[in-house]
Amino acid sequence: MRRFNRRTQVVFLAALLAVMLLGVYLVGALIPESAYASNYLTAKQPPSWAHPFGTDSLGRDLLMRTLKGLSISMTVGLAASAISAVIAVLVGIAAATGAKWVDAVINWIIDLVMGVPHTILVILISFALGRGLRGLLIGIAATHWCSLARLIRGEVLQLRNETYIAVSRRLGKGSGWILAHHLLPHLVPQFFVGLILTFPHAILHEASISFLGFGLPPEQPAIGIILSESMKYLSTGMWWSAVFPGLLLVLNVLLVDKLGDQLRRILDPSSAQE
Amino acid sequence: MALEAKNISFRYSRKEPWVLQACDLSLARGERLALFAPSGYGKTTLARLLAGYLTPTEGQVLLDGAPLPKTGVCPVQLIFQHPEKAINPRWRLKRVLEEGGILREDILDAFGIERPWLDRFPRELSGGELQRFCVARALMSGADYLICDEISTMLDVITQAQIWNVILDEAARRNMGLIAVTHNRHLARRVAGRIYDLSRRQWDAADSNGA
Ligand SMILES: Nc1ncnc2c1ncn2[C@@H]1O[C@H](COP(=O)(O)OP(=O)(O)OP(=O)(O)O)[C@@H](O)[C@H]1O
Ligand SMILES: [Mg+2]
Repeated sequence: MRRFNRRTQVVFLAALLAVMLLGVYLVGALIPESAYASNYLTAKQPPSWAHPFGTDSLGRDLLMRTLKGLSISMTVGLAASAISAVIAVLVGIAAATGAKWVDAVINWIIDLVMGVPHTILVILISFALGRGLRGLLIGIAATHWCSLARLIRGEVLQLRNETYIAVSRRLGKGSGWILAHHLLPHLVPQFFVGLILTFPHAILHEASISFLGFGLPPEQPAIGIILSESMKYLSTGMWWSAVFPGLLLVLNVLLVDKLGDQLRRILDPSSAQE
Repeated sequence: MALEAKNISFRYSRKEPWVLQACDLSLARGERLALFAPSGYGKTTLARLLAGYLTPTEGQVLLDGAPLPKTGVCPVQLIFQHPEKAINPRWRLKRVLEEGGILREDILDAFGIERPWLDRFPRELSGGELQRFCVARALMSGADYLICDEISTMLDVITQAQIWNVILDEAARRNMGLIAVTHNRHLARRVAGRIYDLSRRQWDAADSNGA
């Protein structure tokens, strides 16, 4: 991929990702439950034309289950990263424009949240909120806004000193107007890059927490659940039940991560010319 | 009815030296004065103080006897030396103008602002073209006092004359107070009734007609 410039790479990645995400999402949402219903006659089958990913110990088709699981994981991941990006923008702006003590308190909280390992925090929060989707969402969102909030804070601090903002004030515009018209539009790219960069984290956290049994309930075929079930049967030689869902998860995460990284570099003026 | 600097002193921080000390200045509506000094004597600083962009360390800036209003359109508008800094780079120029108030076709025409420019972004115009937008925006805001901080140093003679003609016309018509900050003695003589030399802290001898 070295031969293509960054913009081409981003467009290519974004297109690939869009197709893949949309495909997975649509298929996942459209799959009827019957497609991955248990069927003891087809239990523990290795990959074949009828079941490309094989079947699990209950005879459920693993391709369908994986797609459904990815679709759920992606919904959780998207929702969690969107919430955390919104938190980051609000907190970042509050820190940059609020009183000194507000900034100090926010910085203190950021240090605190960043100091504790995410997985432990997410487990604690989602456990305290009674597991399930809601706890998981809040747990992931509450732990992933920190670095974006820092970035936004710095950006707003710099913007606040721009001459055109001072001019706007002298032309009679209030703080709310300036925030909506001068500041927020400037933060849109950061918001989306932050969201995209958080997305793979969110999916991985969802998968790992569910895998550990603290996240989504077992009846939802999230990727973490599929992987954790497949672990039980790995020793019996059912390699396919872990390998295919795992690979698809990793592929998704890598793609999104790569896209976010390239976008970030395009927006970063020091490497934008590459 | 006047804009006054009453015994103002200013330094950018405690550690830095005074830029201005015990400075007095008064400008009535309808009056035009030029501020003249070599580089680094605090012309821009004084201009920013008078328009409320900076607060004096000591002393006061008064408009008709009261401090400058903190909210609403400020009756004292400053035009900066570098127009590209005074304009949001992400906005089309139509939006930039509308921030100042309702578009006035007569001002656009007087400045020779071509209508297609309104749909462009600031980086797609030259410095001189941008400066016309900054002046137009300030005029459309309905200001009573206009402070021009070396607004035409980067412009060619013809453009310079055009811009100043519009400003002088408008100032006369609306009975505005005008301060022109400049390095250029000829320009100072042409646009202003009196000239204050900040480096010698005196009204210019040649043109002095009141202090
Ligand atoms: N933001 C700032 N922080 C600290 N010092 C400053 C700042 N702006 C200006 N100064 C200092 O204040 C002094 C006066 O600067 P000012 O810009 O007012 O001069 P000027 O007369 O407008 O010069 P010029 O003709 O070059 O525009 C200078 O010594 C400058 O170094
Ligand atoms: Mg200056």
